[in-house]
Amino acid sequence: MCCPGCQAVAQTIVDSGLDNFYKHRATTSYTPDFTLKSVSEAQLSELALYDQDSIQQDFVVTAENGLKEATLVIEGITCAACVWLLEHHLNKQDGVEKASVNLTNHRARLTWNPQILPLSMLLAEIYRIGYQAHPYTPNKEEQLLDQERKRATRRLGVAGLGMMQVMMIAVALYGGALQGIESKHVTFMRWASMVIATPVILYAARPFFVAALRDLRTRHLSMDVPVSIAVGGAYLASVWATVTDSGEVYFDSVTMFTFFLLIGRFLEMQARHRTGRAGNAMLNLLPASAIKVIDGEETMIPAKELAVGDRVIIKPGHTVPADGRIIAGNSSIDESALTGEYLPIRKEQGDEVIGGTINVENPITLEVTRIGAESQLSSIVRLLERAQEDKPKAAQLADRVASYFVAAVLLTAVTVGFSWWLISPEDAFWITLSVLVVTCPCALSLATPTALTAATGTLRQNGVLITRGHVLESLSRATHIVFDKTGTLTEGNLTLQDTLSLDDHTTDHHLQIAAALEKHSEHPIAQAFHAVFTPYKAENLQATLGQGLEGQIDGLRYRIGKPDYAFAVCSNTHTKPYLPAVCGQWLLLCNETAPLAWFRLNDQVRPEAAQTIKHLHQLGLKCEMLTGDSSSAVDEVATALGIDTVISGVSPEQKLKHIQQLQREGAQVIMVGDGINDIPVLAGAQTSIAMGSATDLAKTNADGVLISADLMRLTDAIRLSRKTRSIIRQNLAWSAGYNLLALPLAALGFIAPYMAALGMSLSSIVVVANALRLSKLGKANRVK
Amino acid sequence: MDIIFLLIPIAIIFVACAIWAFFYSVNSGQFEDLETPAHSILFEDDEHLIPEDAKKQDKDNQGQTPE
Repeated sequence: MCCPGCQAVAQTIVDSGLDNFYKHRATTSYTPDFTLKSVSEAQLSELALYDQDSIQQDFVVTAENGLKEATLVIEGITCAACVWLLEHHLNKQDGVEKASVNLTNHRARLTWNPQILPLSMLLAEIYRIGYQAHPYTPNKEEQLLDQERKRATRRLGVAGLGMMQVMMIAVALYGGALQGIESKHVTFMRWASMVIATPVILYAARPFFVAALRDLRTRHLSMDVPVSIAVGGAYLASVWATVTDSGEVYFDSVTMFTFFLLIGRFLEMQARHRTGRAGNAMLNLLPASAIKVIDGEETMIPAKELAVGDRVIIKPGHTVPADGRIIAGNSSIDESALTGEYLPIRKEQGDEVIGGTINVENPITLEVTRIGAESQLSSIVRLLERAQEDKPKAAQLADRVASYFVAAVLLTAVTVGFSWWLISPEDAFWITLSVLVVTCPCALSLATPTALTAATGTLRQNGVLITRGHVLESLSRATHIVFDKTGTLTEGNLTLQDTLSLDDHTTDHHLQIAAALEKHSEHPIAQAFHAVFTPYKAENLQATLGQGLEGQIDGLRYRIGKPDYAFAVCSNTHTKPYLPAVCGQWLLLCNETAPLAWFRLNDQVRPEAAQTIKHLHQLGLKCEMLTGDSSSAVDEVATALGIDTVISGVSPEQKLKHIQQLQREGAQVIMVGDGINDIPVLAGAQTSIAMGSATDLAKTNADGVLISADLMRLTDAIRLSRKTRSIIRQNLAWSAGYNLLALPLAALGFIAPYMAALGMSLSSIVVVANALRLSKLGKANRVK
Repeated sequence: MDIIFLLIPIAIIFVACAIWAFFYSVNSGQFEDLETPAHSILFEDDEHLIPEDAKKQDKDNQGQTPE
């Protein structure tokens, strides 16, 4: 079961007697442990903080009738079943007026009556069915994104509806031109299409004009300039023709062109926004509350009210609310959110602890040393921003072509206009205009976006989400690909690899005993045993920090953990067993009489990783591994995968420096990573790809996301990006060739306007059809 | 064909209405989540809307479905 939603759906299926479904299913999965989570007293008191007015004022709106409304971010939503479960469960609560959950951005809108039900109870209910809710406080950037999205949708709608109407009238006009039509009808229909085309130009095409103006001001000719000239010029000429009742109108071409270009931009924007849930990113890392010690009393306060010098208590399982130094107690801290390393690190009195990490074993008391902008977490974010500024700009082929093209067209138009003005002034305007229309860069400006849109869509269907426009181009030019180790090349969690029995019992028997001992521990090592079914029940469990666990099963004392610790429980008659020679983390299981078994745990290398590296080598890319880990596991992974360059034990800053060094030597780097510590280096590489399981912050800032976490998709993406590049080249060559051919003819006055329109449409169609070849991962593109 | 002097303005008014409706739906956030509504038809929360006799018939049919 992927989520509580699916669990509930499965339960419903069984309850309504439809469980035959499971009989006919090809694969079987284990039955869900269908119990609702209970909410502890401590959690309730933490949630009760959200009932305070001072905290609610940030995200709760009170309506006139006394009802309150809030938007929450819900963690753990994976599919429509989750939405169903959440909506049903919340709407059933007494006092909830309306609850709707958005599957796309994982937000819930709640309207409730605070007299009947406090917000904390609602949050507790959400927690009880297996999700986590945080208040959603949009930052300024997100509100802007939201506005941008709405504006773009409106523009697309106006352009689409306008295009259809103008096209309808245009068909009548073309038909009339062939069969004969009364001139009063022609005039009327021209006016009608002008009325419809005007909002399309003034409203929908506005972004092109704005961008073109900005580019002209910065003296940088981009594709927006010829687009604006074509759209604006053809529109003005058509208006002129309509008003003076002469010449030709191009309203149909103008609106269609605008609509197609807007579609391309819209799709690009959507891809960019998809991962842009920036607001959740930091929120998920820092807790909302902290337990502060005031005059020896524990008081729960909102985490943002913490100040430097405050003493806070962090209980096991809680997240550290700010950077600080341990002043009492010792424990192990899970830093995986920041460093990606899965094993907790031991911290003693006096050690520094970083905000956002999780306390695993014992309660500790912390003196807060840094908060807010000075904290480690914020400094990583700052490093990220700096890296993004320094990032080498991937110059886009189309823009380079565009600048020459625009300059050429403008020069020609001016020359042609001037020459004709000398020869016959009355024809000069129309001929200059036909030059501008015939060289309308429709095909040229569609060449790149259509190819990119088609390729992006294909990759998305195959599990690679592209979020920035330049990615396909920089992917195709990449020379180096750099991987993070933990969580990227490996699975990122400990799994049980081997069991060696030391007596005559089966390994399964020992495994069951180990599972019984580890059952109630949340330590990452214990979690490796959680999947094992056990008939035994352990009692009197005791954990020793950093050593292991002790417990009683059927009256016998057992210990599991580090060899020395576990062996200490045995009676002296036995010699200590030798540690097996295979690399990995070994745990020993002993009982009072004898050592029983060895268990080997390891972070497993992703099954497809070796093959991916092989394919990448075949594609001519240099593969490197860059990791903060400095243990012997690094070399083991590198040899298993055949990676030649390995740099281990480096900090985020060093990682970034290494990438920048490579770039100075002329390399085009793809970085694949997942942790918060990878973010700066992800931002520094020309192309950054985050794993699907990466933290939100990493995903938001990456250029692409491997949704399925299947590394093989990387090779698909690189192959397709190379094909995309060649298709863009073909498209550009074709459209430039067409324009070069048509330009002299138009300049000499040989091209009738209808021929210009026909040629323009044909060349656009050729370009679009060529781009559509990218919409399938054909034989040539697919990894064998 | 003079009827077009009436019909085309009417068409333009229709388009204006369509654009107004589209703006309204965009501004009220109907285009923000295109996934949930597609699934919501499968959520069986319309039990109370189904007439009793139809429910009964439904059950009979279910009994006959071959294994």
